Amino acid sequence: MNPLQETTAKPKMSDKQKLTAKRSSGAIQRKETLAGFLFVGPMLIGVTVLTLLPILATFALSLADWNFIAGFDGLKWVGFDNFERLAKDAAFLKSLKNNAYFLLTVPAYLAVSMFLAIMIDKHVYLKSYFKVAYFMPYISSIVAVAIVWQVLFHPSAGPVNQLLLALGIENPPKWIADPKYALPSLMMITVWTAIGFNMIVYIAGLQSIPRDLYEAADIDGANAWVKFKSITFPQLSSTSFFLLVTGIISTFKVFDLIAILTKGGPLSSTSMIVWYLYDTAFVNLKIGYASSMAVVLFACVLLITLLQWASQKKWVNY
Amino acid sequence: MNQKTISTVRKSIFTVLMMGMSILFLLPFVWMLSTSFKIEADVFTYPIQWIPKTWHVIENYKEVWNGQFPFYKYYWNSIKITVITTILSCIVSALAAYGFSKIQFAAGKYLFIIVLATYMIPHQAILVPQFILYRSIGFFDSHLGLIMLSSFSVLGTFMLRQFFMGVHNEYIESAKIDGAGHGRIFMQIAFPLVRPAVATYAILRFIWTWNDYQNPLIFLRTDSLYTIQLAMQKFTTINGEFYSLIMAAAVSSIVPLLIIFVIGQKSVIEGIALGGVKG
Repeated sequence: MNPLQETTAKPKMSDKQKLTAKRSSGAIQRKETLAGFLFVGPMLIGVTVLTLLPILATFALSLADWNFIAGFDGLKWVGFDNFERLAKDAAFLKSLKNNAYFLLTVPAYLAVSMFLAIMIDKHVYLKSYFKVAYFMPYISSIVAVAIVWQVLFHPSAGPVNQLLLALGIENPPKWIADPKYALPSLMMITVWTAIGFNMIVYIAGLQSIPRDLYEAADIDGANAWVKFKSITFPQLSSTSFFLLVTGIISTFKVFDLIAILTKGGPLSSTSMIVWYLYDTAFVNLKIGYASSMAVVLFACVLLITLLQWASQKKWVNY
Repeated sequence: MNQKTISTVRKSIFTVLMMGMSILFLLPFVWMLSTSFKIEADVFTYPIQWIPKTWHVIENYKEVWNGQFPFYKYYWNSIKITVITTILSCIVSALAAYGFSKIQFAAGKYLFIIVLATYMIPHQAILVPQFILYRSIGFFDSHLGLIMLSSFSVLGTFMLRQFFMGVHNEYIESAKIDGAGHGRIFMQIAFPLVRPAVATYAILRFIWTWNDYQNPLIFLRTDSLYTIQLAMQKFTTINGEFYSLIMAAAVSSIVPLLIIFVIGQKSVIEGIALGGVKG
């Protein structure tokens, strides 16, 4: 645009704005503000009562020793005692370790999902069928899915072990009944259920890669691997980063599978932070101690979110 | 062979391979369905009878739906909770989303940041205070309480706000000049324009609420109030060794989602792809 035109246009605009501002000042703006509060009010009240006040209460309760049954009279302030106990609590540390193991599921299902997404996006017919098929576990209720796997993994009669026996494996693992295999079993089921969601996001990511990049690579005679390594993978980095972060955060929240399949056992081999928190709060009714775990959980998720903000620019390359 | 035939052949081979993989991937569902049709004695026969020798469909499903632990009651509970939650959540989120995007008021910007920030709080970190709150205001062990828990969705508000921002301000300004207030503008102009986005969100919210296990587990106690997910687990405990019945129950709990998903497949997939949203 011509700079001269711009300068002549500007005062006109601000004149107009001033006029409307004069007219709308006072009563009209007040009406607008009122309307604003009316529209966002329900959401605001809900979030305040059900999220903001509870998180403050969590922080407060984490400094207390309290059994819910005893009523408010039984509440004792103990400062940071709960956190000191947590640091020495073998069961909590075991749960944290299991959480750390569980992180391995994320790269596993990201790799599978990326592979499937690439195949479905370009290399197969019947795309819609494949999308729905791999998406099935994600929309199915976790309770139904967990119960099916419980039966499939049945140590003696389950189809999985019968197959392994038929294949000549003498002592197949007892899966969720075996302390050594219980956590890996849950991780396998998690990978299976998570693939659908991640694959769909990857397909969307693939569709936003400019076609001419591949055309240029074709002209240079690049093979499939080179195209993947130097176009697809780097172009998907922002999608991968997003999925990695949401995936890591979701491993901190694992609960349903444990509650339905193992209840943290056998020998607390599948106890994870949220399960231990639930067990402490709602089975053993130690509200203060459970709240200190909730604070740790919150801190972990917050830390990852902040790291995400800080590192997004560095990681995502194009 | 020319280039085109080679690529067709390659694509066909890949399709066949992927088909094999997807069948393997879906085997647990196939097993679940076929088991739900069998008599109990045939459940663990090996090699697996994918197509039952003795059919027991009607008996199994009748026992699940109208036996000792009648599923139709829990179905009704789940339908009630899920439908009300979905509608309420859509209304609250759409109103807030409109307020945060199309009404100019000074506090709006800050309030939005506060609301968005609460999305970082994992739900499990506030379960205990919510439980105490619910016990003291009488929301505990009630459907109303459960509905309230999932009706104020930050995610829904954020998602719909993106769409409201795409509604041109000229529409709203000209409606204002014609004397319409925000209530009318919302109902007659803005909401109809974002209706497809609301539908997508509604389907996602339906799936998440239907599948929710943790909230009913903690906030419901009375058997007769159970949702289908809790009932499934209770049913499994009671019928421990009757796997054909358990699988019939599992199939029953998945079917409504399958129907919703088949109807709304496109918008579910688009919705997830668009925001990369997750319950």
